[in-house]
Amino acid sequence: MNKPKTGGRVKIWRRTILVLVALYLLLPIVAMINFSTKTFSGGRGLGSWRAIFQQPDLIAAIMTSLELAAIVIGLIFFLVVPTVVWVHLKLPRLRRPLELICLLPLAIPGIVLVVGIASIYRWISIHISESPLTLAAVYSMLILPYTYRSLSASLHSVDVHTLAEASRTLGASTYKMLFGVILPTIRAGVMSGAVISIALVLGEYTISSLLNFQTMQVEISLVGQTDGGIAVAISLASLLFVFLLLVAIPTSMHRENKELESETA
Amino acid sequence: MSSITKGASASVKLIDIAKSFGHVHALAGLTLEIGPGELVALLGPSGCGKTTALRALAGLQDLDRGQIVVDGVDITYLASNKRNMGMVFQSYSLFPHMSALANIEYGLTLKAHKTSSDLRSNRSKELLELVGLSTHAKHFPHQLSGGQQQRIALARALAISPQVLLLDEPLSALDAKVRTQLRDEIRRIQLEVGTTTVFVTHDQEEALGIADRVGVMRNGVLEQIAAPAELYDRPATAFVAEFVGLTNHIEGVVSNGSIDILGVKVPTLPGSITEGPGIALVRPETLKIAPNSSGAGRVFAASFLGAACRLTIDLPNHSRIVAQVPSSDAAVLGAGAKVDVSFKSNPIFVKPTA
Repeated sequence: MNKPKTGGRVKIWRRTILVLVALYLLLPIVAMINFSTKTFSGGRGLGSWRAIFQQPDLIAAIMTSLELAAIVIGLIFFLVVPTVVWVHLKLPRLRRPLELICLLPLAIPGIVLVVGIASIYRWISIHISESPLTLAAVYSMLILPYTYRSLSASLHSVDVHTLAEASRTLGASTYKMLFGVILPTIRAGVMSGAVISIALVLGEYTISSLLNFQTMQVEISLVGQTDGGIAVAISLASLLFVFLLLVAIPTSMHRENKELESETA
Repeated sequence: MSSITKGASASVKLIDIAKSFGHVHALAGLTLEIGPGELVALLGPSGCGKTTALRALAGLQDLDRGQIVVDGVDITYLASNKRNMGMVFQSYSLFPHMSALANIEYGLTLKAHKTSSDLRSNRSKELLELVGLSTHAKHFPHQLSGGQQQRIALARALAISPQVLLLDEPLSALDAKVRTQLRDEIRRIQLEVGTTTVFVTHDQEEALGIADRVGVMRNGVLEQIAAPAELYDRPATAFVAEFVGLTNHIEGVVSNGSIDILGVKVPTLPGSITEGPGIALVRPETLKIAPNSSGAGRVFAASFLGAACRLTIDLPNHSRIVAQVPSSDAAVLGAGAKVDVSFKSNPIFVKPTA
């Protein structure tokens, strides 16, 4: 007789905690919606949202950030993933050092990193390019802890070694083995690493601001100094964009799996 | 089965191959010849080098020394993806993102074995039928049982019409019933397809039951390679005698090519010691057990195995031996029965004492 009672109590607790957490997370967003839709006259309007598109600097900065995100994704696919897979398969002795190196950006504060690389960027801006896209180089370092972790987790969850050897004995070249067998197998890890990286690149402020590059976050903070409404609107928009990505990518992968499986039915 | 499942069968020669890992000699100069279409099992305890030998043959393991020749062609330094060998692994190795059919077709989509899509799908369907899984073509590996996965893996390995089929303990992850079933099926398929096959296992029953010849390995070399019956009846070394099948250790004295044990003279096998005291390695079924109320042996326990009965017998010198007799003879041989112990005339291997 007692059991259902405690069960009920647990349920109530669960709900309470859930509601509290949801409130904690949603309240700032609601506040942002509220603030960004307020007009000077005290009424409601989408003036701040519309104004986003009338700020050419802001639009350019958003484009820069999106381009940076695309470049970083490219670097993940063609540099980080093959490297991690190769080390995992062929150079197991390098696994620990690689892990350590990949985790370093997490341990070094952004400001320290900037001091270290500022001189390099001075040289880059003089001799190579002044484009903010050169930031991709730093970002591809910043994302290492996240991509490395998710990749190594999915590499450990399947016997990649045997899969690689099986495809080799069947006649696969290294390229075919890597892109035809290993990558599809660890797709989930690659994707989650990529999503986190996009979120990180779109949200990064410290480094781009200190190196004087106009990325989205830098521009938002600039706009915020003159017009809080627009700054909040664009912050909210970028938040929703990343959120959509986080939801869309796993869902699409799930659907793809479902489709594959339904073929078998 | 139509002709396209008929594989190429090649001869294989491993000549003095060696490989060390640190100071462990996994292979210490192994030499082995396998005839076309033959199924050779490599048997041995873990760490004896059998898997290293197989991996070397597949090109997945570099060698320190030696030569690998297939059909007269030296392939020692050929990359694994150019060797045309099908391999089935101990752990499940199907590509998880591909259906069973796609797994089988995989090799045929690659440059090395490129086949037109019609031929490819015909061949994969035939192979699915060969392994008895026609209805599972569209299943994904996670929807298949362990035994089914290994069947698909076998079909995948055969799809490329390999010169040599390599089986690396393919049954060890399966439960006992599936294991025997699949073992027999591997043999049936191998005979049907005719591909030269190397089968690595640590399970003697598996090796003896499936192979044309069994090679017993120890410390990186072959101790003996022979047909299963010969390996069992005429072991060339003490290690083989003790590793394959059950053996009793009975002390006796050797002279003039025979050993005197329990008052009986029994011929010794070549390789045995030739003179002086030794330990005879005696198979349970070569012991003759006769009920005799004044016999020297006493049955300690009898266990029924179906057609045969296994008797544990205490001898007057306080040693205990195991004998195997037909169940029909064992009715009067319950625990406590007095018996005479003697030998059938099979020659016996004798190793030195201590």
